[in-house]
Amino acid sequence: MEMMDTLLLSRIQFAANISFHILFPTITIALGWVLVFFKWRYARTSDQVWMDAYFFWVKVFALSFAMGVVSGITMSFQFGTNWPGFMESVGNIAGPLLAYEIMTAFFMEAVFLGIMLFGFSRVPGWAHTGATVLVAVGTTMSTFWILVLNSWMHTPQGFEMRDGVAYATDWFAIIFNPSMPYRLAHVLLASGLTVGFLIAGMSALRWVMGERSAEVRKSLRLGVIMGAAIIPVQIYAGDMHGLNTLEYQPAKVAAMEGNWETQGNVPLLLFALPDEDARENRFEIGIPSGASLILTHRLDGEVPGLNDFVAEDGTILHPPVNAVFWSFRVMVGTGMAMLALSWAALFLMRRGRGIEGLPRPVLWAFMPMAFSGWLATLAGWYTTEIGRQPWLVTGVLSTDAAVGDVAPALVASTLVAYLMIYGALLVAYVSVLVYLARRKAKGGTAPVAGRPVSGAIQSIPAE
Amino acid sequence: MTLFGDPAVWLPVVFAALMGLSILIYVVLDGFDLGVGILTPLGNEAEKDRMVASIGPFWDANETWLVMAVGLLLVAFPAAHGTILTALYLPVAIMLIGLILRGTAFEFRAKVALPKKNAWNVAFFAGSIMTSMAQGYMLGLYVMGLDNSWTSQAFALLTAVFLTVGYSFIGACWLILKAEGELQLKAVRWARGGIWGVVLGVGAISLATPLVSTRIWERWFSIPEFFLLAPLPLMSAALILGIWVVLRRLPTANDSFAWLPFAGASALFVLAFTGLAYSFYPYVVPEKLTIYAAASAPESLMIILVGALIVIPVIAGYSALAYYIFRGKARDLRYD
Repeated sequence: MEMMDTLLLSRIQFAANISFHILFPTITIALGWVLVFFKWRYARTSDQVWMDAYFFWVKVFALSFAMGVVSGITMSFQFGTNWPGFMESVGNIAGPLLAYEIMTAFFMEAVFLGIMLFGFSRVPGWAHTGATVLVAVGTTMSTFWILVLNSWMHTPQGFEMRDGVAYATDWFAIIFNPSMPYRLAHVLLASGLTVGFLIAGMSALRWVMGERSAEVRKSLRLGVIMGAAIIPVQIYAGDMHGLNTLEYQPAKVAAMEGNWETQGNVPLLLFALPDEDARENRFEIGIPSGASLILTHRLDGEVPGLNDFVAEDGTILHPPVNAVFWSFRVMVGTGMAMLALSWAALFLMRRGRGIEGLPRPVLWAFMPMAFSGWLATLAGWYTTEIGRQPWLVTGVLSTDAAVGDVAPALVASTLVAYLMIYGALLVAYVSVLVYLARRKAKGGTAPVAGRPVSGAIQSIPAE
Repeated sequence: MTLFGDPAVWLPVVFAALMGLSILIYVVLDGFDLGVGILTPLGNEAEKDRMVASIGPFWDANETWLVMAVGLLLVAFPAAHGTILTALYLPVAIMLIGLILRGTAFEFRAKVALPKKNAWNVAFFAGSIMTSMAQGYMLGLYVMGLDNSWTSQAFALLTAVFLTVGYSFIGACWLILKAEGELQLKAVRWARGGIWGVVLGVGAISLATPLVSTRIWERWFSIPEFFLLAPLPLMSAALILGIWVVLRRLPTANDSFAWLPFAGASALFVLAFTGLAYSFYPYVVPEKLTIYAAASAPESLMIILVGALIVIPVIAGYSALAYYIFRGKARDLRYD
């Protein structure tokens, strides 16, 4: 019983950490490339507006990066403090992947971040742009390695088990495991969407506050175009990812669809309350044969059912249904809202109407949607990770076998501490974003890192 | 069995060395970052900004060595990392929360409205001191063989204070190098005070380590080891004396020798670390688990080693480049 408590608390603690952490890489991965884009446009056009955009968004980048770094370090320690069984069992595979992430990505982004942030006046322009590119490359490489490992945990291959320990037999198969390309594409596109809507949302806020600079126009336009261009690609990539999951993790798809019996003509459920005790859905509202059509491209196509994943002795081998079912619907719903808003805005801004073409309600809609990427990313992450349960590594290592022997009270007290600090930091983060937007909109200059309070003798940067 | 014959023999040694090197680099580099953070309440408003600016371009990369060290423990000695990290559960959590506060305060204090800046200054200091105390506590507990008795915990509390003083000392030495004027004068005074803490700390750990374990006692106090190892304490004593003499004369009119205390402090950290490493080798969990018993499969270690041999020189190269770009006295941190 005591181990159960530790297991549950450790899962909540890891979920809390990774949920907090993922918010910030989701921003920095794509924002790094947007900063490169700003510098490239400036190099091509010599138009100061691009540097203005760069200097505004580099602040958001720096803050997001710091939040991502500190929460990432926390996770690397939690492997050992809470989940020692993970490395003991699959360390021969997870180890090299994590080591390559640290060696090829972490150091590069950390060192060149210093030059990118504070080196503008100390190195030539090309070297500063180079540092910006290397930071963006570093964040993307980091994404690659961590998603290789994560995908391998979903769809493991290229190894053999000896005495309960996994040994690598084929590194190519490990790295290019079946779900990796789909998951990587899905996450990179999610980052692009998150940043597109963040830029659009913050620019809309600045516009509503009265800013009419060329920079806010260009930024809002860029955000809308990013959102509108990426969302259809993301819907397609998500569909492909779903088909891949159907092939390798059918229990997850069964939970996503809320489908209990393996059968054809399975409806696409828009609403339902899955009842895991009665093993049926209540209050179903669905499109007839919709799920069959999406997953098999045939109306009578067979969709796997949850009842296939119950052992003879009644042990449940499929993920918790409600969490997966609803996370999936939140993700898809948010994606649909992104599609509607970005395409409506693009239509309203057509033929040079620009931001003036956007009615007030559309501008207002962009503000909460600034964080729509966060919502969709978290919901998608929950779908796939809760959908992996009860496995930590599918078919190889169960979650309860990996948890460490730590007193529940210790896990509970540190969990409370983490939750408090993460809550406070999130509030601080969002209020600083709003503060930066307001300072910019009111024409003042937000303080630049570390500048003395008595900045009277300092030249005020042109922003 | 030659050295390069059986990878199961030499790979664990190589990885123990890499991990030790990462910890050492971390302790020196983030040691001065944390030390500067611990000293910030002693500076006035403008000095605080300058102190933060002196570590601004570096702290993130410095902290990465901690990820490297724990990563190597994780990947190279999976059988040991669970034992060590679950035994150190609470101090690890305190350190992580400290690192979170320190790292985010660094960004927030520069971006919030002025009235809120003070709160983030406090967070910056609190994060730095939590981290260094937690690390010192872990060091003490490790030296005592990860044992949770009252004496071990009392000793660990003592090392927590000593490591914090040690970090403040190397932080002050960094400031002597990077600051000028009044702040540099203050840094010299802080270093003069801090060096006594370092003497006490190194002394306490040097005395405690052989007393805890007869194995370690024999490694140090048998002939000829005793004479072969004599240079270690003797060099440390000479270094401390040297730093003391230099600190009495600093700052000089033309700022010569401002680099000396930091170089001396770094060398002192290296010597102390070498002594500890000698005491514990070949154990990764003190007196319980050797690096050979805890190591990963040789195939997996070989894959990492190949990458490490290519990548680590590159990392060293661009890290040196960053220190070169931000050489000289610290200036205000600006994005433009």
